[in-house]
Amino acid sequence: MSVFRSATRVRSMSRIRSIFAAPAAVLMIATLIIPLVIVAAYSTLTRGAYGGVELPWTLENYQRLIDPLYGAIFVRSFWIAGVSTLLCIALGFPLALFIARAGSRKNLYLSLVVLPFWTSFLIRTYAWMFLLRDTGLINSVLQAAGVIHQPLPMLYNDGAVILGLVYGYLPFAVLPLYATLERLDKSLFEAAADLGATPGSALLRVTIPLSAPGIRAAAILVFVPCLGTYLTSDLLGGSKTILLGNLVQNQFTTARDWPFGAAISILLLAIAMVLLLAARRSGEELL
Amino acid sequence: MSAILELRGVSKQFAKHRALNDVSLAVPRGAFFSLLGPSGCGKTTALRLIAGFETPTSGEVWLNGTRIDHLPPYRRNVNTVFQSYALFPHLDVRGNIEFGLRRGLPKNGARDVAGLVRRVLEQVRLAGKESRMPSELSGGERQRVALARALVLAPDVLLLDEPLSALDPLLRKQVRAELKDLQRRVGVTFLFVTHDQEEALSLSDSIAVINRGTVEQVGTPQEVYCRPRSRFVADFLGAMNWFDQAGVRPEATHISRQRPENGACVRSAVVSRAIFLGSVMHIEVALGVADGAQEDESHTAIVQVAPNGECFQAGDQVHLWWNSSDEVRFPQ
Repeated sequence: MSVFRSATRVRSMSRIRSIFAAPAAVLMIATLIIPLVIVAAYSTLTRGAYGGVELPWTLENYQRLIDPLYGAIFVRSFWIAGVSTLLCIALGFPLALFIARAGSRKNLYLSLVVLPFWTSFLIRTYAWMFLLRDTGLINSVLQAAGVIHQPLPMLYNDGAVILGLVYGYLPFAVLPLYATLERLDKSLFEAAADLGATPGSALLRVTIPLSAPGIRAAAILVFVPCLGTYLTSDLLGGSKTILLGNLVQNQFTTARDWPFGAAISILLLAIAMVLLLAARRSGEELL
Repeated sequence: MSAILELRGVSKQFAKHRALNDVSLAVPRGAFFSLLGPSGCGKTTALRLIAGFETPTSGEVWLNGTRIDHLPPYRRNVNTVFQSYALFPHLDVRGNIEFGLRRGLPKNGARDVAGLVRRVLEQVRLAGKESRMPSELSGGERQRVALARALVLAPDVLLLDEPLSALDPLLRKQVRAELKDLQRRVGVTFLFVTHDQEEALSLSDSIAVINRGTVEQVGTPQEVYCRPRSRFVADFLGAMNWFDQAGVRPEATHISRQRPENGACVRSAVVSRAIFLGSVMHIEVALGVADGAQEDESHTAIVQVAPNGECFQAGDQVHLWWNSSDEVRFPQ
């Protein structure tokens, strides 16, 4: 009797708990799931004469993705996202290591890492334009100092896009790397030194292998948004650097080819999902 | 025997407290040497200074005729068995043991790494477990990997930081015996840090008793137990009954109902508790105030009697007696 009653209580408790999740669930369904279903549906429809979509259903939009014209954009997007990811990890790892060993000042440094989020990413990207353009701060100062006579072409190229991406996504690499490094047992580093490993050798043989989960998490958290970037490449890359994100935007604006834009979006989403699932498969606890 | 390891006037000052105060020690070559003291007494700091994880505020550390206190840990020929073992979780047993062997090639050409690993695994009786990961090992096996990983490098001194404390009590006694055997077989000098007096007494050739950053006494287990040189040493190693200024070990304290007339020292007492422990009967008594003496600071004493001997119960009026040759006394 009492067992039965407590079982009912447990069941009603879990019902109450699920109510807590309801507001977020409703919001996610309304703003994420339903729009995604619409995008998926659009990607299998025919382009309308004046934008929009019309029947019949077709898979042609996906077949067009194989076109070498778009293949080049894919390669370039992967290349830029890949280089940015490597740079974010290469710069973020020492920083995360520094913070993890900073003792009582950890929290100060962590809040400095996330401080840029207090201002809009758009404004920060404009700030880079102000710094990098031909009449920008860096070129003006260098010219005034007589170091250069022609402005350095720092804006509207792949390098500027990579710089903007690394700048923007560095915190996404630092945070998971820090979370992993901070949890490592300090005595492991002492053991490495005790067994004759120099600091460099200990880094290669102990610290980096043990922070592999953090490195994988950082790679995915940086690579996925970089692959779909639109703002950074649009502002810093100019018209020359077309990436997947800009291609999508073009289809919905200038080209008025909504179904094709939707198909590219779905492809990007699929790539992100595959990467996330691969990380899950390898026992990732940070994602 | 010459000293392989020496601390000369070593002090270590941390921000808020002085962990070691002018400590001098000489560890003989091949010895099983223990640093014994309560937690926070500075014994672990001493070990870390020798390993190189801390630098002394003043004083010198000498290893095998070379001054080492300014060298980084990876340049010192000592190895540590950590309290938590600190096995590398991403490497298997073989990887952990090879870790220290794989640092460039030694002067005398390529070493037989596989052979060294095989031999040390046999020494710690872990043969056949080369491919296990640390997470797949029992506590006792992990401890043996930690030992093997350090011993394979043939250190001048092996530093052991409370290596038995992470084991469950049943295993601890068995591993203790194995540790002593191992030390005798490999002949490496062991410097063993512990707060457990029983461990120190049963394993060591020499014990340094440390209290509040200073060495209270160094000696063989018998010396520090039977002839403690300070009240701290007397109390820390085993129990001690205090009769005014004289300390007498429980096993040298006798109990009887009749007042003995053999010329021994006698105190009257009342039994407060009798606990049967199997091999002995453990009796706690409350001491009366001796004739003419001041009130004793310690009012209880402990006596052990044979389990099949006379029975005592709480409330019994008894006499404690001992031979004055069993007393230890310290100058005030």
